[in-house]
Amino acid sequence: MEFILAILVGILFTAAVYLILSRSLLKVILGTGLLSHGAHLLILTMGGLGGNAAPVVLDGVTDFADPLPQALILTAIVISFGVTAVMLVMAYRMYAVHQTDNMNELRGNDEHD
Amino acid sequence: MINLLLFPIIIPFFFAMILLFFKEQVVIQRVLTLIGLALSLVASFWLIATVKTEGIQTVTLGSWPAPFGITMVSDMFSALLVTTTIIITFFVVIYSFSSIGVERERFFYYPAILFMITGINGAFTTGDIFNMFVFFEVLLIASYLLIVLGGEKRQLRESIKYILVNVISSALFVVTVAYLYSIIGTLNMADISVKIAEINQPGIISVIAILFLIVFGIKGAIFPLYFWLPNSYAAPPIPILALFGALLTKVGVYAITRTYTLFFVHDIGFTHQFLMILSLLTIIAGCIGALAYFDLKQIIIYNIIIAVGVILFGVAQMNTSGLEGAVYYLIHDMLIKGALFVLIGIIIYATGTSNLREMGGLIKTHATLGWTYLIAAFGLAGIPPLSGFIGKVLITKGAFEADHVIGSIIILASSLVVLLSVIRIFIYAFWGPQKNELPVRDQRTYRQMMFPAIMLVLITVAYGVGAEWLMPYMTDAANVLADPSIYINAVLKE
Repeated sequence: MEFILAILVGILFTAAVYLILSRSLLKVILGTGLLSHGAHLLILTMGGLGGNAAPVVLDGVTDFADPLPQALILTAIVISFGVTAVMLVMAYRMYAVHQTDNMNELRGNDEHD
Repeated sequence: MINLLLFPIIIPFFFAMILLFFKEQVVIQRVLTLIGLALSLVASFWLIATVKTEGIQTVTLGSWPAPFGITMVSDMFSALLVTTTIIITFFVVIYSFSSIGVERERFFYYPAILFMITGINGAFTTGDIFNMFVFFEVLLIASYLLIVLGGEKRQLRESIKYILVNVISSALFVVTVAYLYSIIGTLNMADISVKIAEINQPGIISVIAILFLIVFGIKGAIFPLYFWLPNSYAAPPIPILALFGALLTKVGVYAITRTYTLFFVHDIGFTHQFLMILSLLTIIAGCIGALAYFDLKQIIIYNIIIAVGVILFGVAQMNTSGLEGAVYYLIHDMLIKGALFVLIGIIIYATGTSNLREMGGLIKTHATLGWTYLIAAFGLAGIPPLSGFIGKVLITKGAFEADHVIGSIIILASSLVVLLSVIRIFIYAFWGPQKNELPVRDQRTYRQMMFPAIMLVLITVAYGVGAEWLMPYMTDAANVLADPSIYINAVLKE
């Protein structure tokens, strides 16, 4: 099971890298979304997929899934959610000001352009 | 008091939250920010005194025993960095009263600074690797706001790239922590160190060491991961640039220092050799950049990169002199970069341009500024008895002791390049005939700007002259770095 998830995470990372290297800003942001999905799945996988029950204390259940990676993922998810929201709004503002979402046209500095 | 080491984190956080209620009242915001920073400063000095007398301070949040709860650890290294951070922020905030403009102040400028300080101090103090990730995000998200605040064309363009690079490095951080967790099974930094020692650092741990170097190297701008820094840092206004230049990359440097002296100490031949080569290349790349530009901001920005290389070269030696020098140089560099950015901000304010070719003859009209800048420039280059001297001497000494002769020569040669690059600013801007009409500036604002600059320069001078007096503190800091067992025993005590 871990092996399949490792392959899946690899595919997510590949797609993320491909999208981040593209020219359109929106694709880049989609790429960062995929990147964080991959990272979160990786935490879950690397924590081990053993354990039959959800990590909730119930009578008679002893074989829990590891609760720590789940807490880490929850933290990482809200952080990447906040950052993605910031990034989307900034991309929107940048489109309004610069009239382009092509990363190639966003080069240079004010002294030279 | 046992919670003392949390005060430099909690107080700015608390004041930042209060400031959110006073969006329009700029005066209240300024006063509260200063009070908050002054209180944090008192707390951090108290912390240094406590660490000096009683050794490493630890707090395990919620009273859970050490590897299971989140531990906050304050050894001398982090206590010194926390204090330096607050000192710099204090003076940069005073500088921004007269320079940032009321429009920015009304849109959560001060809360963002205080939240950023919360994150930086937290990252310096935490003893838990995932908690460090969270504090990194706290400081990064606050820095996203600061870098784009104002929404100028150039700021929007560059901050998108800044955010993108940091999002990628944050994802890499999460990935690296996941790998480490799958092998070691713990997140507490002292416990990680113990467990790595138990399995004697197999190859996979060295891979994780390099991954950490990539993650923190993106934050700390080492070669070849510094590409994002020069343009991004040139975008925001000067006070924000001063904070970023003095503090943000140093958090990455601190994280590399901490992980490479606490975790990955069993295969130094590979990991530290790698770190050393990268740090030398960082110095060379920074030197090339510092000489290439005629733009005030870019010259000092590339000097950040040089300094990062010098500090990490000291860390890579892994002997007492090298580490002591790295600690010394790190704090010197934070102070002097804060001072230099504030000073070039005043030069830009006085001349209305950041292009060196359009300046000249400032010494006739702005003599105090000129001599203050010259002292800061000499301090940066490391001319005795100013502050950059001892750090570099110790780093070079450490390198000679470790037989890294070529590295030491590069460090010494880089000092010349640093001196040349900053003296060039002095020669072009202050000597010679006046090239352009100076814009008319308010003398009162100019004096208000000069006050924090002079104070910062005085602090760096005191830091250099008082080296003898500061030495015990630096030695304490370097001892913990040189011997991980001190740190581990302090955290995992029964």
